[in-house]
Amino acid sequence: MAALLESLLTRKVDLTKVLDWLKNIQVGRKHPRTSSVTRSARVRCPTILHKHEFIPFLLNFLRDQSSQALTHGPATPAKTPSRPRPSASSRGFPERRSGLGHVSSPSFPASWSPASRPSGSERRPSQRISLGDYVRSGNGAGRHAGGGRAAHHADDNGRRTGRGGGTNEHVSPPSAGQLNFNNLEDFPPVGSSPVTPTGNKPSRRINPTPVSTDRSHSKPKMCFTSTPFTQAPSPPPLVLERPDTRVTAVSPHSLMEERELCKRAQLQTCSPAPASEEPCTPSKSEAPRLGSKVTPDQVREQHLFGLFLFSENLVPNVFLELFFRVRTLNSVHNCVYFAVKVLENQYHLLAHLDKCTLRLLAENERVASFSPRLRDRLSQAQDTSTAKVLSPSVSTFIHSVPFQPATDNRSNFSSDKAFHTFKKQRDIFYELLREWEDFHKEPGWIFDMALGSRIRGIMSQLTAAGNHSHFARLFLKQLVQMCKGPRVSGSSGDTPDADLLVMLGADGLGRLKRLEERLIQPHGVGGPCPPPSFPGHQEFFRDFLQAASCCQLNQHLQDSLCQQLLQLDEVSILSPPTPVTEREEEEGEEADEKQRFASVLLLARLLAKFLGFISFLPYQTTEKPSREIQEAAVALRSKSVPVLDVCGVLRNSMKHRRTILTVPWLVEFLSMLDFTGPLLLNYRVVLGTLKMTLGRCSETSYLNRLLIVSVLGWLFQVDSSLENSVCGVSIQDGIPLVDQQLLYTCCPFLDEFRKLLAAFVSGSSAKGGGIVRKITPTSAEPQDAAGGNGERSQQKLQADLEQAFFHNQPPSLRRTVEFVAERVGSNAVKHMKATFVSELVEKGDKMLRDGLESPKANPSKLNESICAQLCEAGLDALSRATRFCCEKSPEAIRILLPDETSPAVLTTSENITIHLATEKACGWLSANITGTLTWRHAWLCAPRTLKQGATRVTHGRKGHFTISQLNRIFSKDLLSVAVGPRMDEELPSGSRLQTLFRNVRDTLVCKKVQTQPR
Amino acid sequence: HALCMVSDATGCGKERQGHMKMKLSRAEYKEIVRWTEQLRPTRQLVSNDIFLPFSPQKRTKRTISRHHAPDVIESHYQRYEKQTQRFILLKSSKTFLLRQLYCVLHRICLFCFIFLSTASKSVLNSMLKEPSLIPDQTLAKNVYQCTVNDCCYGPLVDCIKHAIGHEHEVLLCDKLREKNLSFLDENQLRAKGYDKTPDIILEVPVAVEGHIVHWIESKASFGDDHSHRTYLNEQFWSYWNRFGPGLVIYWYGFIGELDCQRDRGILLKDCFPTDIVVLGRAAQQD
Repeated sequence: MAALLESLLTRKVDLTKVLDWLKNIQVGRKHPRTSSVTRSARVRCPTILHKHEFIPFLLNFLRDQSSQALTHGPATPAKTPSRPRPSASSRGFPERRSGLGHVSSPSFPASWSPASRPSGSERRPSQRISLGDYVRSGNGAGRHAGGGRAAHHADDNGRRTGRGGGTNEHVSPPSAGQLNFNNLEDFPPVGSSPVTPTGNKPSRRINPTPVSTDRSHSKPKMCFTSTPFTQAPSPPPLVLERPDTRVTAVSPHSLMEERELCKRAQLQTCSPAPASEEPCTPSKSEAPRLGSKVTPDQVREQHLFGLFLFSENLVPNVFLELFFRVRTLNSVHNCVYFAVKVLENQYHLLAHLDKCTLRLLAENERVASFSPRLRDRLSQAQDTSTAKVLSPSVSTFIHSVPFQPATDNRSNFSSDKAFHTFKKQRDIFYELLREWEDFHKEPGWIFDMALGSRIRGIMSQLTAAGNHSHFARLFLKQLVQMCKGPRVSGSSGDTPDADLLVMLGADGLGRLKRLEERLIQPHGVGGPCPPPSFPGHQEFFRDFLQAASCCQLNQHLQDSLCQQLLQLDEVSILSPPTPVTEREEEEGEEADEKQRFASVLLLARLLAKFLGFISFLPYQTTEKPSREIQEAAVALRSKSVPVLDVCGVLRNSMKHRRTILTVPWLVEFLSMLDFTGPLLLNYRVVLGTLKMTLGRCSETSYLNRLLIVSVLGWLFQVDSSLENSVCGVSIQDGIPLVDQQLLYTCCPFLDEFRKLLAAFVSGSSAKGGGIVRKITPTSAEPQDAAGGNGERSQQKLQADLEQAFFHNQPPSLRRTVEFVAERVGSNAVKHMKATFVSELVEKGDKMLRDGLESPKANPSKLNESICAQLCEAGLDALSRATRFCCEKSPEAIRILLPDETSPAVLTTSENITIHLATEKACGWLSANITGTLTWRHAWLCAPRTLKQGATRVTHGRKGHFTISQLNRIFSKDLLSVAVGPRMDEELPSGSRLQTLFRNVRDTLVCKKVQTQPR
Repeated sequence: HALCMVSDATGCGKERQGHMKMKLSRAEYKEIVRWTEQLRPTRQLVSNDIFLPFSPQKRTKRTISRHHAPDVIESHYQRYEKQTQRFILLKSSKTFLLRQLYCVLHRICLFCFIFLSTASKSVLNSMLKEPSLIPDQTLAKNVYQCTVNDCCYGPLVDCIKHAIGHEHEVLLCDKLREKNLSFLDENQLRAKGYDKTPDIILEVPVAVEGHIVHWIESKASFGDDHSHRTYLNEQFWSYWNRFGPGLVIYWYGFIGELDCQRDRGILLKDCFPTDIVVLGRAAQQD
């Protein structure tokens, strides 16, 4: 591996060859062109294995280099010494190679573990433990075996100079919870597991360490304790036989090679980027020249190589890599160039980040100087970005679970005693919740000490009264109510913070950031791979379950979680896209669908996380059990039925092309796995399948794909013991259901980009070195807040009241109202289209024809004036639609609600229905009617213009409709009226039909106009 | 000064016939309590609601247990036996017990009575309510005297309080009807099988001062620290746990500082709210 890289770097092997080799997907056959590469490295394994190992290897190498560049500040932070959770390697199987390697890889030979190699392999350990080995191979079952151990080994011995140096203290705010570049938690080597425990604190103490000296003292130890040096691959080190002996250190110690490599790599990184390197990097000379012997070409090749990986989707966790690149932006070396290149290359991905990030990125001086084009594109992308960063504070107001007589009154309990016990328990439960809210953030407050005894009191009473099912229902409902995440209704999820920050700009933001740091504990940058967490109120529910440790309750919870999850998983999401002609009508519904999908997905993720938590709770251990224990556990647990048939669920979902819903929640479920869990057959299979999905995710919608890729990337990054095998399976869910908002909600770590960039901003100005200066805060424009605030709050209040109304009503009422509103709204639109709009079109038609008959007619002007008139008239459609909704909604509601419904409830339901239906209908109409009318007239004009010899169909191009499409739309509307006219007069006349056909003919005649290059 | 305030307030109360607004700060409240403690309760004061806020319940509760010990009861009874004149209790209460606590006293006497007899607690309570049931004529008269004169405890006061409470519930319902707000009352709720029932549940929630209100509890008393804490734990939070946020009306005012749970869903008012936003009405105005 290292040799391969070596030969690549030294240009022994042509770069293009390697690229070809990587692109070649043939399994088990060596690409002829790579034979020289592989031979030089003395590797005799199937190429595919190498390929998949090589990618993470290379990525880590590049990262190391860059990190080296970042570390010219001489500081290495000391790590926090204790970790409640096991370290990276301990989560896996350090010695899987010798024992369980076969277990862990269902479909693929373990790739990187010595055991999996053909016996008598010529591959020498010296190579095996080379630089690349601490990079756990992306697909290796032996991730823990070869990679992880080697890495730790290396660390223990302080040899990994490549990782050397501290953080770039000079760019980060002094006390912020900053990223430690060398922190394996923040940047786990590709394919490795995180070592981040919950409650990990950013290290504060800084031990200055010379970069390239032995750093054994400053290196974190605890991450690697489980992989002592003695466990290094057992075969005795052999002498390097590689002809290319640039790496002369043929020491028996296998790490020498790595060390050498790193040293050289370091040199390379230090080399200045030559000004001639690339035409589009004008200010290359800005990078300080530190002197080096490495040729610019080599650097460039590396970069190209990295770029290639990105572009070919070969990167296992694209966000991790991107994050890293953004991080390197602020270094002083030519890896900045690479970073900018990568960012430029991944522009399409960046464009899906949130506005604030984009702005910060666009304002970054490095980006601006290295790639003005990227900066411009980023600035443009800001306008289209809709993703909002959700503020950490969720809802300030907790809602209770309503008392529903249908499920909660005396008749649902076995005895009076049970009923009254539950009454008390409900109150105690909320009392605990309130107490937790008040105190849990206070230092020294311990959940179990404060609430534990009361919780156990509830549990013992539950057992006495047999009320577990009731309590489980209350518990789950409350969980869903509080933790479902940002409400998709949009009324309450509105956070002005992000917009406000954007308004402030870089300078203001810098000040704000520093203020924030000074005033409160900074919410530090958590890195792109946070461990699974229970944010916000979820923490309460998790701790509650832990404190209760009541098996009856857990069983009841499991049952209903499973049931709810499977129900959600079957919720119908949009059928595959309809033909273009029908598309138009569904636009309005698409937004609804998206919203519904988001709500279902968020709920499923929440439930799945808790199901996973409860299911694997009995097996959770703080320390990774020994191999023997794990083996025994696997043998034992494989006999019992797992709580959820994950394989079946996933298979089913793939069959029905619903992975966009299933995968994200499965990821949540699986992220809760215990140490032994991934070794169980069904979890192994499902993880393998997921990995395939990651490798070959071919979602047609970019954001859909992005969501799947990022959650999977996260899962496999976080949970090291997950399987990794790559085959080709194509999964397609064609419907664009994911929006930026949802992506950010599901992958909160995407927000790290923003935090990181914001840290640059504040850091760059605070470089001076910890001198406390006065920060004059910039205030936002006050009049902005004052204007219209009252009205907005009134609207919000109304929306809240509407939600509150449903709170104490039976759930069926809400379903009915929403259903009726949806249908009536949709019918209103259809009705308007069939009647009023077509009338308008006809009117415009006539006006146009009359106008054209006059000799001095100017078609385009005429068209414009008619369009304006019609659009004005079109506004009338809104009031008509409103009237339609007002008439139809109450009728339907009256019929559908039970007779016993009280008048007040009935009236309110009717009003809400009218309101919702009107909103839907008018929303669609106002968004589309103008366009519709304009298009209609465009086509009327177009043939005429064409006849007059004009070569361009200017109006026809509006709205991206070709003439033929316009005709088609028109004829479709005509047909719809013809089929269902309100009165006889509406029937299209013969002359109209003739006109239509004439137009169609004209269109066909002028077909060449459309195909003409513009 | 505080006394002036109280008497002013009394005047106001009479003028407004019990609709006066009184939201006091805790400091004000303490000051008033300090002065009213020195006031000697009179029979007039019993029926005047103005003193309800400042009822010396707390003190009584602290001292009352002292008199329940068997030996104390014994000694009380001994004294009672010694002075067998009429109205002995009333007189003696002025001398050897808290002046206001007639009822405490007659309860004590009854305890004494029971101490020597075998009457059950329910019999005792019925005797308290209806002194004519007491076989001992003198004691019966004494108890009757106490009941009438006690402004803090006893069946008469209970009755007055209950009547005032009921009156305000009716008042609340009237106001709601006036505003055309439909609601379910306690009895309807109980019939539906609710385990905890506030006075009123609104069928369609409203917003008061920007806070959603699902239920309303009417309290014809003053909300002081002690009573409010008790109500919160026993009633208000329970309502919140089942029906969401709501409104408590302390018709006789409350300590302003107690109204600190607004954002959490318990709103305190000392009168029927005026700023009510109803669902849809604002939208219609637009």
